[in-house]
Amino acid sequence: MTDQIFHDSDADRAFRAKRFSGRIVIYGILILWAFIALFPIYWTITTSFKMAPDVMKGNIVPYWDYTPKWLGWRSLGLSPDTIGNESTVRAEFLKRFWNSTIISVSASILAVALGSCAAYGLSRFNYKFGFMRNSDISFFFLSQLILPPVVLALPFLVLYKALGMLDTRIGLILLYALTVLPIVIWIMRDQFGSIPSELEEAALVDGLSIWGAFLTIILPIALPGMVAAFILSLVLTWNEYFFAALLTSSHAKTLPVMVASQTGSQGISWWSMAALSFAAILPLIVIGIALERYIIKGMAAGAVK
Amino acid sequence: MSTEGDLLHVVTADNISDQRKQFGKRIVWGSAALMFFVVALQAADQTGWISIGFETWRPTLYAYILWAICLCAGQVITRGEHGKRTLFILPATLFVVSMVVFPLLFGLIIAFSDWNLASPDGRKFNGWDNVRQMWTDPFYWNAMRNMVWYSLAIIAEYAIAFGLALLLNAQIKGRKFFRVAFLLPLMLSPVAVSWMIGKSMLENRFGPIARILREIGVDKPSFFSSPEIARLMIMLMDAWTYIPFMMIMILAGLQAIPKDLNEAAEVDGANAWTRFWEVTFPLMLPVSITAILIRIIFKLKLADIIINVTSGGPGGATDSVTSFIFREYRDRSNVGYGTMLAMFYLVVIVIAMTILIKAADRWMRPRY
Repeated sequence: MTDQIFHDSDADRAFRAKRFSGRIVIYGILILWAFIALFPIYWTITTSFKMAPDVMKGNIVPYWDYTPKWLGWRSLGLSPDTIGNESTVRAEFLKRFWNSTIISVSASILAVALGSCAAYGLSRFNYKFGFMRNSDISFFFLSQLILPPVVLALPFLVLYKALGMLDTRIGLILLYALTVLPIVIWIMRDQFGSIPSELEEAALVDGLSIWGAFLTIILPIALPGMVAAFILSLVLTWNEYFFAALLTSSHAKTLPVMVASQTGSQGISWWSMAALSFAAILPLIVIGIALERYIIKGMAAGAVK
Repeated sequence: MSTEGDLLHVVTADNISDQRKQFGKRIVWGSAALMFFVVALQAADQTGWISIGFETWRPTLYAYILWAICLCAGQVITRGEHGKRTLFILPATLFVVSMVVFPLLFGLIIAFSDWNLASPDGRKFNGWDNVRQMWTDPFYWNAMRNMVWYSLAIIAEYAIAFGLALLLNAQIKGRKFFRVAFLLPLMLSPVAVSWMIGKSMLENRFGPIARILREIGVDKPSFFSSPEIARLMIMLMDAWTYIPFMMIMILAGLQAIPKDLNEAAEVDGANAWTRFWEVTFPLMLPVSITAILIRIIFKLKLADIIINVTSGGPGGATDSVTSFIFREYRDRSNVGYGTMLAMFYLVVIVIAMTILIKAADRWMRPRY
């Protein structure tokens, strides 16, 4: 039989109890906030499998207090028994989904391409356009962030009408690229600033042109930053509603506009709205979970100097 | 970052022949002349002097694009290595100038005219009439006042975001899970959020939150009928989406603080509360101010949720400036007046942000 000889003194035990209760509070708050952040998403997913009585009764947990049905997804034409059939709603949904994909991906690519070049130039060379020096040019680009979309919206409406670009994808792509360009430049300037210029010096001495050095040496190093900027632009442009609502009508309508237009017309058919909303946010949830690292990197850029 | 001298020097000596320079200049001016010619032609067609029958102003756009390409090419042709460097920044500059400066100037013209897209009359100048109408428009000033309220909500958002960032920065298990969970609201589109929360969870009869409130004993909970509560609900929804954004910026700042500062304070006998206020918080000031300023910028664009949940109601109590102008156009097609409101908003924003940034700058670098 072995008795414990050494004991913690009472003072130490009190400390441990205090520490333990501190831990409980920390985890309590963390779990509470995780609940706040995730519950609406959970609510949307489960509602899309409910039927009218389940909605009225306010059932929350599937299988326990109601049986999931494919009602919501059937109305979208995406449930297992309708997926093979023709469905106008699904065709409409897929068209909007495709529009959103093309517009957000192209706008992000355009913004990252233009923004990376500009950020690289600003981080390496001295420009002088009239009275504009480097800091003025940087400020000119970043100040676009302050510009509220509503200032541009109506002039663009009139301009696009004159140019025959209303309700086209290319019109939205250009506008979206403009709105995310300052963010891209912000992230990329930070990224290029952290790469030593000796790398290009060596490359230039070895006979590469400046664009050769930029494309073959600097860009691969700056790739994580570019991915971060791209993902962030993708999220912002995918979710954009204001311009899309004003500038598109039938051909180039994006997914958020479709979701918004359904809200009013369908009254209380919650299950189909839930299915539609969930289908609209699903790509972003996937991106958020898979590429969380890049999103955080992108947003943290510039916060810490 | 130093602004004196290039970080990279030009190491190649360019031998640019006069002929090449001439060619470069010629294509730039040639394409510019072509552009002006097309503009003049279209303007003449528009006013009816000559009739060519242009459907749209597209030819002008194409001529402009051609000129932009020639300008970029001309830089390299006439200036060699230096031109290649200008080429880094020129496309982005041309893009922004053509997409912002030109529409803004155009917007100024619209702002001073009476133009209703629904009426067949077309545009006509009306001088300061729009300004006078704006000055006496109670709904517009109400929307402005709402923007102040919405912006003040950022203080609470900041406090919550700071708390969450501190917790995430502590020694906890499952940090990755919590980080992803906290981040997700930011990824969702405001339109989806306005349905998920505004229309279904906050529904008066079947929504889960109304149900809970009824359990607690609130009689007939309603969320969007009284102005104060409706405004609060909009603030909460917007906060729900954007708190992760501030949280991540603050978290990045927290992680950049060296650990030994806190340890030194601990050795000196400071408790957690003092350590936070005397060490962590002052060190976080620059990051906090950046985060708050960016958040204000995003807040000033707030519209999607309001348009989709309350469309400004009850009685304009939740209107933001953006959503008000959106409805001004949607319901009345009043382009001239709407643009004037937007332009005035821009001026107010620019002045307010300049003052804020200057004040923040002053506050962050106190004179010792």
